Amino acid sequence: MRNVERLVLPVLFAGVLVAMWHFAVVLTATAVFPSPADVFRGIVTLAERGTLWSYIGDSLLRVGVGYIAAVLSGVPAGLWLGWHPGLARALNPVIQMLRPISPLAWMPLAIIWFGVSNAAPIFLIFLASFLPIVVSMMNAVQNVPQAYLQAARNFGLSTPQMIRRVIFPAVLPRAIVALRIAFGIAWIVLVASEMIAVDSGLGYLIIDARNAGMRYDLVVGGMLLIGVIGLFLDVAIRSAERLPSVRWGFRE
Amino acid sequence: MKVEISAVSHSFGAMRVLEDIELTVSAGELVVIVGPSGCGKSTLLNIAGGFTPPSRGQVRIDGEPVVGPDPRRIFVFQERGVFPWLTVEQNIGFGLFRVTEEERRRRIAHYVQLVGLSGFERSFPRELSGGMKQRLEVARALAVNPDVLYLDEPFGALDSITRLQMRRELLRIWQAERKTILFVTHDIDESVQLADRVVVMSQRPGRIRRILTIDMPHPRDLSDPRYIALRDSIFAEIGLAHHV
Repeated sequence: MRNVERLVLPVLFAGVLVAMWHFAVVLTATAVFPSPADVFRGIVTLAERGTLWSYIGDSLLRVGVGYIAAVLSGVPAGLWLGWHPGLARALNPVIQMLRPISPLAWMPLAIIWFGVSNAAPIFLIFLASFLPIVVSMMNAVQNVPQAYLQAARNFGLSTPQMIRRVIFPAVLPRAIVALRIAFGIAWIVLVASEMIAVDSGLGYLIIDARNAGMRYDLVVGGMLLIGVIGLFLDVAIRSAERLPSVRWGFRE
Repeated sequence: MKVEISAVSHSFGAMRVLEDIELTVSAGELVVIVGPSGCGKSTLLNIAGGFTPPSRGQVRIDGEPVVGPDPRRIFVFQERGVFPWLTVEQNIGFGLFRVTEEERRRRIAHYVQLVGLSGFERSFPRELSGGMKQRLEVARALAVNPDVLYLDEPFGALDSITRLQMRRELLRIWQAERKTILFVTHDIDESVQLADRVVVMSQRPGRIRRILTIDMPHPRDLSDPRYIALRDSIFAEIGLAHHV
């Protein structure tokens, strides 16, 4: 029963949805919205031409570089701010002021600074994921139970030992959640930035399909690819939640 | 004297929490500090443990002034102090980073057994009951071989049956290991069941009202008239009639 619920039901639901989509297109005889078969044929054509793989590769490269740079700088920055409450108090107003600004609002500046190149979307992805990671890590450190820190000091751990053996494992579950959420944001920003700043990638595929030839089969195909790849990457990050040393931070 | 608390007073800002505490504890003695909530008994334990420097006065252990936390004196919380990302044996071994690997393994094995967690070495705390987590925390403390254990309402979060079992366990472990124990509780029955001496504290600002010697051998009979008389005298001291 468990396996049925976890695998068969989602597949069944998706199948029903595709069937409804198909019949809706057939019954309304719409000229602007493609049927599932149209979309599938469109994607196959792109794959045969090779553009599909190069677009996916470009998108993954941009999101990979921008996101990994944000993780490598945001995690230590957040840990550091969480560890120094005075510093956090000083920087927090600025951080909270920058946070509600959509990363896409930086687009004009990104294009002036980096031109139409990979650097512009990478910069926007970095911006989009950096602040959420910093804020989550900072909060995670500040919320480490006092009892853990007191026990660590009692056993005579030095500050570096305490950070490695207590702070780091204590914030790990929240870090995984934060990295997952930040990746979701990065993926959304990637597509939007590729519509403006570059001439390849999945976001570009959508905007180009519309501009160049009203190819709505490729527009919808691009959307589905973004959704499916995003889902796989999210599942990959989530698999970290099953590590034995972080299971305590998640519900069974 | 193992622990000497002399002329300790403490304030948080303008609030006076402890007033002129004098208490000495001998090596191997089990002293229970009991008092109404907010009387400063936990603060006193934090001062003795070196976590809070007192506003005035001094704590000495073996004649040496306490200036900070020290692995020779371990503080045990309610079971929330165990590290949820470590297994039972990793938790017990947490403080054992200055000993050889062989010694570390020996001590982990010894304390797993002493606190009755055999078979759970590889379990994580989330797989344990509240009482097991509490025993795990005691084992982690004992593993570094401290001379003094500070227990701050260690059984407060447990149900009443588990709490009774844990008191018996604690007495068994104490008799096996002969540590000096300072135990804080608001439970008067608990204090009389466990202690060599009970320190009764007043409302805030906490002062020592009285120190009672419980001259009854373990195991103590809880219906013994002597037990009941001692317990009632503490109720009277705190100003509570023991009627519900």
